[in-house]
Amino acid sequence: MANFAYFPHTEEDIKAMLERVGVDSIDRLYDDVPAEFIYRDEYALRDAMSEQEIREYFDQLDRKNSKLRIFVGAGAYDHYSPAVIPNLISRSEFITAYTPYQAEISQGTLRYIFEYQSMICELTGMDISNASMYDGPTAAAESMMMAVASAKKKNRVLVSETLLPNVLKVIRTYAHFHGVELGTIAAENGQTSLASLRKELESGDVAGIIVPSVNRYGIIENLEGFADAVHEVKAIAVAYCDPSALAVVKTPGEYGFDVAVGDGQSLGIPVSFGGAYVGFMACRKDYVRKLPGRIVGQTVDADGKRCFVLTLQAREQHIRREKATSNICSNQSLMALYITIYMSLMGPEGLKEVNELSYAGAHYLHDRLLETGKFEKVFDAPFLKEFVLKPLVPAKELQQKLMDNGYFAALETEEGYVSFCVTEKRTKAEIDALVSLINE
Amino acid sequence: MSKIIEGLLYSESHEWVKVEGDIAVIGVSDFAQKEMGDITYVDMPDVDDEVTAEEDFGALESVKASSDLISPVSGVVVEKNEELEDQPELINQDAYANWIIKVKMSDVSELEKLLDAKGYAAITE
Amino acid sequence: MKYYDKLIFELSKEGRRGYTLRRNEFGTSLGIPASLSRSKAPELPQVSEPDVVRHYTNLSQMNFGVDTGFYPLGSCTMKYNPKINEEIAAMPGFTGIHPLQPAKTIQGVLEVYAEMEKILAAVTGMSNFTFAPCAGAHGELTGLMVMRQYHMSRGDVKRTKVIVPDSAHGTNPASAAVCGLSIVEVKSKANGLVDVEDLKPLLNDEIAGIMMTNPNTLGLFEKDIKEIASLVHGCGGLLYYDGANMNPLLGKVRPGDMGFDIMHLNLHKTFSTPHGGGGPGSGPVGVAAHLADCLPVPKVAYCEKCGRYTIKRDVESSAGQVSGFMGNFSVILRAFTYLLALGKQNIRLAGPYATLSANYIKESLKDFYKLPIPSICKHEFVFDGLIDDGSAVAEDGHGATTLDVAKRILDYGFHAPTIYFPLLFHQTIMIEPTETESKETIDAFIGVMKKIAEEAASDPALLRGAPHCTPIRRPDETTAARQPILKYKDCR
Repeated sequence: MANFAYFPHTEEDIKAMLERVGVDSIDRLYDDVPAEFIYRDEYALRDAMSEQEIREYFDQLDRKNSKLRIFVGAGAYDHYSPAVIPNLISRSEFITAYTPYQAEISQGTLRYIFEYQSMICELTGMDISNASMYDGPTAAAESMMMAVASAKKKNRVLVSETLLPNVLKVIRTYAHFHGVELGTIAAENGQTSLASLRKELESGDVAGIIVPSVNRYGIIENLEGFADAVHEVKAIAVAYCDPSALAVVKTPGEYGFDVAVGDGQSLGIPVSFGGAYVGFMACRKDYVRKLPGRIVGQTVDADGKRCFVLTLQAREQHIRREKATSNICSNQSLMALYITIYMSLMGPEGLKEVNELSYAGAHYLHDRLLETGKFEKVFDAPFLKEFVLKPLVPAKELQQKLMDNGYFAALETEEGYVSFCVTEKRTKAEIDALVSLINE
Repeated sequence: MSKIIEGLLYSESHEWVKVEGDIAVIGVSDFAQKEMGDITYVDMPDVDDEVTAEEDFGALESVKASSDLISPVSGVVVEKNEELEDQPELINQDAYANWIIKVKMSDVSELEKLLDAKGYAAITE
Repeated sequence: MKYYDKLIFELSKEGRRGYTLRRNEFGTSLGIPASLSRSKAPELPQVSEPDVVRHYTNLSQMNFGVDTGFYPLGSCTMKYNPKINEEIAAMPGFTGIHPLQPAKTIQGVLEVYAEMEKILAAVTGMSNFTFAPCAGAHGELTGLMVMRQYHMSRGDVKRTKVIVPDSAHGTNPASAAVCGLSIVEVKSKANGLVDVEDLKPLLNDEIAGIMMTNPNTLGLFEKDIKEIASLVHGCGGLLYYDGANMNPLLGKVRPGDMGFDIMHLNLHKTFSTPHGGGGPGSGPVGVAAHLADCLPVPKVAYCEKCGRYTIKRDVESSAGQVSGFMGNFSVILRAFTYLLALGKQNIRLAGPYATLSANYIKESLKDFYKLPIPSICKHEFVFDGLIDDGSAVAEDGHGATTLDVAKRILDYGFHAPTIYFPLLFHQTIMIEPTETESKETIDAFIGVMKKIAEEAASDPALLRGAPHCTPIRRPDETTAARQPILKYKDCR
């Protein structure tokens, strides 16, 4: 057989190794597999490609995708990503490392996770963050299981209908299989209704609630009074947050919430067709035993040197097995590093500026769109970088026209609105061009 | 050899019970603490929580293990040892001096199923 | 490796910044009402760009990775991560695509999903795949959801138990519990294989299915798989294949042919994508044709009529949506690139080479470490500790344990093997070399393992104090758990 670049085995090596093992061919190592299960046909794969052919193949695939200017959010935000980050996270020692079980040779990974946890606590106002989750929607679903696990006998979780559609969908899937009863908190003027929450809480069987901080319409929700209402019935309050927005909007901690979850993607991770992103999950001290996932802590080594380890592992699936809150084994480590470096570069000022620019651009676009006469305002509530309008023209045709001209904008929502999002990446000239296209 | 104290009752899952009227003071045996090694956390129920005989009421944690605490009796928790919240190592220091919870028993006949010191010694040999 | 003792917060100085942003052209600022604004800015570090670059470069130098050295890590398949994969995953044409862009504008992306589904189907003998799960455990959970959904969609609601071998990883029961299933354990025989006689009485109309790893966690092929499949199918249950140990079968045996109905793969194990210090991974789930409609949404489909790919977002019998969008696309791209490089020719070599290397190490070290199961293994095998642990010469009578061996290996520049798993033995050392290590590397590892065995026999204290040459020595994990310090503010 011909040699392949990733496999170092030469004929001579194979011969020597077989000799040590005491068999005369590699096939003999599969003697314990019933012959009928040995696959002898040709695999229905292409011929092996050279590296150059691979590049050419992806170049032609790339041409089948349209490069659009993004004016849509809905859970994936096109914020600017500094050059430093891809450069640093592609270092071999970070990207090719295993999970940091061997602390002695994993201090790099353990330290950045500790930094990540510290920064997530700063943004959310929570006491303890885990080492990260798969993405925002699964983190929300995990928080639902955490609520049920903390409440012992209560099995109902309330979700706000202003949560992002994909967050609600993932929560529903997990609830269905985990046997959690879901209830809905209704919205009023595009915001989670405290009156509706109070009414739902009367049933007495509520383990927790999940409500958004900045919601599916881009509205900054006022969560005053929610935590108190929930704590009165000994349930836990979870806020689903956009971490970039948390640099400026009131935090779950300030609102007295117990758990904060969300997707770290808005902290500079490219939209990348939805992944890899990173979910975050943080809570008050009281709930640490029910917090799923890895946690890194500081300690000292045998010589008294400061070091970091995976800790509080007795909560986790490999020890608690079916009694663990979650089956999650690992974290989204490299993406946690991505946003840790982003937060380090941006600092409090940079994150504030990102929000200022996004806010200014989004409000500029909002006002210009209303001036076209082709949209109506839906909600009268403060928004950050994303908003919905009611289209007075057919939404599909509008979106198509914008797409044909290189814009991804006016995403049609389930409610029949169109949604727009502006980040600091969008220039005034781009916004003006978009508006004049709509005006045509 | 682990220490066993006369006059206490024991469960096969290594909890001990000291009966004070209708109150059962519950802890874990010296054998159990040795098996666990350095205890890092004691997960306890809250006062007023109900516990059921032969069901778990909490857990002991070490760095690499978690072991359920099984209630020897049924009843309502009247007190928990709050010292253990910050100093779980007290159980390692003296498993009998450091009880975990006190339960007001709903059915004292459940005590009959438990082992005496001799019976417990036989299963930990 | 050197020791570097800074946290990014400790480099912070008021007024420093590490970013540049375009100027505000709109002339307006943040207009959020005070009642909705946070009262105090987050205390994130304030550092310059060079500070950031040097700090994280220094951190990276305290890490071991596949590019640094050999990982004989059982059940983890730490193979080489090809660099072309990284280049493709970073192409701006892919990273710049919004996940909700209409199908028409992302035909190249959807082709990646469709082609990957075809390739994985060919490699595994399954019919359809979903790429939504973001990790192995997530795939396992998704696979179990598909299993339950299949039974429920047929009105067969009683099936709420799943059989798991006693040698299985803790994730199996945890995934089952999250999915609302309870666990029934089936015993292993002395040779580590599932005991068919113990299985038979467990089978009834409440069994949703069985979860198996084949080869199992001891690296042994479950020879009775055909009988097991027919028994489980006979009671109306499904067979779930945990793809953690797919690597030895790559290019040789297909789970679908053995009768498995559902499986997950770990793209970060079998298909060369990097582990990233714990993620992101990808855990696609494959099913036999009769389960295809139960797979999660959204799903890529091909529309013959319009001649292009579309995305199906609603399928009535689907288990539902399990992640935010369509999984970890950047990881899927890497695995796809790897499979294009392998092609139908090189894939034939992967599993067999991995198996050869594992058997070679086993035979080379069996005079130094206890080999509880001497038969031919697949991609991995287990030792049960040292033959001579040095307790005879130790002053306190304590010899060297498996943990001590593992820590001493670090001193010699290799990663440690997986230890104390599976739980069938007390001093388990689980070794998996993969097909991308050269004979020279493997021989060097064998040499180190022999040397450590000799050290243990003559001076076990040397091992018990190991590692000696790493940036830090053994950490105090008990204090870490008793008095948790979990964020920078707790340190002060």
